[in-house]
Amino acid sequence: MAMEATDKRRLDDDFSDLYRAHLRDVYSYSYYRVGNHHDAEDLTEQTFLQAYRHFERAQRESDGRPLRPWLIRIAHNLAANYYRDRSRKPQTPIDDAGPLSEPISTETLVEDRDDLKRILECVQELPDDRREALIMRFALGMDNREIARALGRTDGATKVLLHRSIRQLEGLVAKAEGPTDLDQIEAAR
Amino acid sequence: MAAADVETLLRQALAPIEPPAELEQRLEATLDTLVERAAGELEAWELSSMRDPRNWPRQAARPAAAVVVGSAAAVGLVALRTQRKRHRRRAASSSVLDLAERTLRDVASEAGRIAERRPGRR
Repeated sequence: MAMEATDKRRLDDDFSDLYRAHLRDVYSYSYYRVGNHHDAEDLTEQTFLQAYRHFERAQRESDGRPLRPWLIRIAHNLAANYYRDRSRKPQTPIDDAGPLSEPISTETLVEDRDDLKRILECVQELPDDRREALIMRFALGMDNREIARALGRTDGATKVLLHRSIRQLEGLVAKAEGPTDLDQIEAAR
Repeated sequence: MAAADVETLLRQALAPIEPPAELEQRLEATLDTLVERAAGELEAWELSSMRDPRNWPRQAARPAAAVVVGSAAAVGLVALRTQRKRHRRRAASSSVLDLAERTLRDVASEAGRIAERRPGRR
């Protein structure tokens, strides 16, 4: 059935709201996935264009639930295609892909902090699903249910995934830091 | 390192990143292209086929759909721009709406003209 102009207008208004509310989320997710601003911009653009095409159906099927997981799932799928098509691997975050129009405080913060730089490097060593779950939780502030919807998993499986991700990250960070003074004293005894 | 420490560091290291201003402009430009495509659909519509009244119901659906797509996309853009108070691009958006309105008027005018030319009405 043809859509009425008023329905289409309301749909576009809703899409505008979604865009304004989650542009930063999609961009942050994309950036932490691909590791540079140039490709993060492309990924964000493609995500919103694809979302625009399928927005009516998504809204109809959402039953009033938030659409952020759906949006992030689009970005997630596009990022997977990005690696597959270009045979790329995630780059170390916070690279210098090109000049930025505005300074990004997060980058400045990370550049000045070895511990943050180290933890980001360790995040990149995690398996894809664990890395993505951590990005969704800590960069986007998504709860377990939202992450589960974005990754197409159950709430329980997502909780386990997050727990294991943090555990593995702890191990990687500890390994990267090397033995502490206390460890060396203990070893000498 | 304790889990709590790792989570604290993760929150700091994975802080949200503001998208560059160029991204918003590029995204709007791409949406503009969608609007132009809808307007192009209107221009490509063959008015000559309207001369045969048997084609009217079928032909009418196509430009109407293009008008809906074009107008609605423009409305979406206007909403975004209003929010961001960027007046410089608002003019371009309203011209697309104007184009759609003018085309609609032309279609109506042409349809009326064709209807008047039909045999039996003279």
